[in-house]
Amino acid sequence: MTRSERPRWRRGVDIVVRSVLPVLFALIVGAIILWALGKDPLTFYADIVANGLADGNWQNSMVLMSPLLIMGIALIVVFRGQLWNLGYDGQYLLGAVFAAGFGPTLTQQMPPFLAYVILSIGAIVVGALWTLIPAWLKARYGTNEIITTLVMSTIGIGIANMLIKGVFQDPNVVTPQTAAIPLDAMLPFIPGTQVNIGFIVAIVVALAFHVILTRTSFGLRLDVYGSNPKAARHVGINSRSMVVVLFLISGGLIGLAAAMDMLGQWGYLRANWNPSYGNEILPFVFLARLSPLASIPFIAFYAVFATGATIASQQAGLSVDFLMVIVALVLVFMTITEYVGTKRDLGQSYLPDELKDAFRRPFASMTRRTTS
Amino acid sequence: MTLAVETGVISLKHITKTFPGVTANDDVSLDIVSGQVHCLLGENGAGKSTLISILAGMQQPDSGAIEIDGVPVRLGSPRAAKDHGIGVVYQHSTLVPTLSIIENLMLGETGLLKNEKRAIARLEELSDLLGAAIRPHSRTSELGLGQQQQVEIAKAMWTGSRLLILDEPTSMLTPRAIDALAENVARLKAGGLAVVFITHKLREAYAMGDCITVLRAGKNVLHLAPGDLEGRSEDQVQDAVLKAMFGGDLAAAGGKGAASDLAGATERTRESVAIDYTQRPTRLRLDGISTRGKTMDVVVTDVSLSVHEGEIFGIAGIDGHGQTGLAEVVAGQRPASSGRVLLDDVDVTGKGVRERQALGLRYASDDRLHEGTVGSLSVALNLMLKRIGEAPFWRWGYTNRSAIDAEARQMVDDYEVRTPSLTTRVGALSGGNIQKVVLARELKGDARVLVVNKPTYGLDLKTVQLVHELLTDFAEKGGSVLLLSNELDELIVLAHRIGVISHGRIVGTVENRGTETAAKVGQLMIGGGEHDQK
Repeated sequence: MTRSERPRWRRGVDIVVRSVLPVLFALIVGAIILWALGKDPLTFYADIVANGLADGNWQNSMVLMSPLLIMGIALIVVFRGQLWNLGYDGQYLLGAVFAAGFGPTLTQQMPPFLAYVILSIGAIVVGALWTLIPAWLKARYGTNEIITTLVMSTIGIGIANMLIKGVFQDPNVVTPQTAAIPLDAMLPFIPGTQVNIGFIVAIVVALAFHVILTRTSFGLRLDVYGSNPKAARHVGINSRSMVVVLFLISGGLIGLAAAMDMLGQWGYLRANWNPSYGNEILPFVFLARLSPLASIPFIAFYAVFATGATIASQQAGLSVDFLMVIVALVLVFMTITEYVGTKRDLGQSYLPDELKDAFRRPFASMTRRTTS
Repeated sequence: MTLAVETGVISLKHITKTFPGVTANDDVSLDIVSGQVHCLLGENGAGKSTLISILAGMQQPDSGAIEIDGVPVRLGSPRAAKDHGIGVVYQHSTLVPTLSIIENLMLGETGLLKNEKRAIARLEELSDLLGAAIRPHSRTSELGLGQQQQVEIAKAMWTGSRLLILDEPTSMLTPRAIDALAENVARLKAGGLAVVFITHKLREAYAMGDCITVLRAGKNVLHLAPGDLEGRSEDQVQDAVLKAMFGGDLAAAGGKGAASDLAGATERTRESVAIDYTQRPTRLRLDGISTRGKTMDVVVTDVSLSVHEGEIFGIAGIDGHGQTGLAEVVAGQRPASSGRVLLDDVDVTGKGVRERQALGLRYASDDRLHEGTVGSLSVALNLMLKRIGEAPFWRWGYTNRSAIDAEARQMVDDYEVRTPSLTTRVGALSGGNIQKVVLARELKGDARVLVVNKPTYGLDLKTVQLVHELLTDFAEKGGSVLLLSNELDELIVLAHRIGVISHGRIVGTVENRGTETAAKVGQLMIGGGEHDQK
């Protein structure tokens, strides 16, 4: 049967509603949990706004947003090809080790700008290389890339920690960490702000990939491959090279995110530190429907939320892990919203019939008795 | 008879079901009575499938009611339909080839542990009823098609038996297998079961049906009760049914003759222009081609054939006997494990899909929804799908929207694709228009050889006509066509020669002349290793 198109604006509204609802629900349920823990949810959320936005705190949020956004784009590129690069932690830390390990010396030996470029390219190459084995296994043998990227990630985290404690250990401190890049050799601020230029890099990356994914032959091939691998084969798209290219881009961007984070925000890397940016933004790239442009506001929202909530939870005497509770709730509600939305698109009722029958059954027998 | 059959009347009352933009069923009422074969006739798109979906519990009607013996029932899910003893045999196989028959039959059971003893007892009951010997532990993949269908029927009747719905059960069967099916249906009917038999072939409806209901554009336009059928000759029934099926379109379809052809009322003969292909140069040649694959559908063994300029070479065969593999190996989507593919005497065996496209080889896949098009992309992009990256539509990889739109507009106009706009998702179009998009893309430009698999499958009357015209036009202008189809009638109308494929081998080739072709092809199908009937 044909399904005629709904008007464009109607679909637009639908997409916005479906994207925003899960976040709203997550915040509401989060409030209930806070209330159950004996905290005042309104104060908590007000603290988040105060610490994430007000009084120039928005600048902290923007600093956090740079690596998150680049990483979001990295995930969007592979996810659009229906490939799962879940090894972001390992790729990020290896890229970070490269930037933080060579940063202190390189920035002193050459013009800083040149050092930034070399360190970034190095981190990009390291991140990309770390995806090569899973990519090749997937392309050649169809090996499940979820497992291989996760395994490679664990190995990558281990190697990063070994490097921090080994060759890159700062000899002047006891804690296992790399030497710090001198403050004046870090990425410069955007004039008039406390936000480093990594933010501009992130926005440029997002815009560039928006153009690449929506306006070029590569983007179209990627969409054909992602939405319909059978059609891709039919059209003559080389799926093997597509898999490898997508993984390399993804890993490379994650390396870039690490370089910007190290050079712009942290300046050094401590062993056993893992920010797991990928886990945090995962639901948001899906809420953005894998669109680089749409991911900008979502990741901005999360950056503000995370920056504010980190301080707010300390003030409220909560663990920072409460953040991940909210992120997980977003995921849960996103799944429900999608399920309901799909049901509605198909013109079916929202609840499974078996479930409804199970509720109806006791009453049905009662009514039958009364009528007969 | 050891089988408890639930008798009674299933009534559909004023069933209406609309989808955005389409009324699939418009106030349809009909009674399905035990011990009768109820034929449901209608063109593709007339609303037959929707009506079955409602009976099978897959869709809920917008309004109207379903009653069993006067008691309203809700068929809210496939399970609910099954609980009421309604079973459906779909056009496509729903059996898992790697499982045994008994495992396939037990798939729908909900208990924690397998109760194989009970299952085998049930299978014996059903085998008795069907008059078939079904061996519970043989692999499903080893079965012939007729036997597979018997297992499908057993599966549909597994949990209960009140109503059996057969959706186009004969389209893939040989004449002999159709007779066997008719016997089965008669036996079930005698056992008190109600049978709904969906077909678009009139002669079958007349032969097997006790009553006939015709749907057109979602409406119940004709009902012939058992009494009505008895008093009339086949010709009279044909007249009435054709008029009901096509209504005002009867003239548009080329009068009653053409309509009755399309409705499968009569035997067919070739209609394409005769050519002496031996005098013409060879375009496509396969030299002992074999492929490997996991399913029978994609494996071909030692196939040699040649298609000449202006020739339509048909491949007949039962679904799943290597047609997909043959089409794919020619198109370059599947590597040949041995043998050669030659295009204009040039060896292209090692070349990929795009290189063969550049040489003028085109392939229209039978899976137009999931392979031929990308449903989520626009009509315009789907028309350009095989030219991604080519100038002037892409410059330095950057999309040139206006060039693409202009080209797509031209193709939409030339091939009469009915679409709200170029930006409409192709998945929102009707099957006929999707097929027009596919054929427009493949025939456009310098196409020289076209491989086309089941080009009219599931299409409405007018589009079938149009597709046939497109193919004959292409051949008349010197194009070569390798036409794979499981509709024998279609091959007889279009092809100059017909090769019969069975288990991945070409078991024989028939010159399509005169009226004997169907019989010859049928013989090759049976003799060619089809271990179908006992």
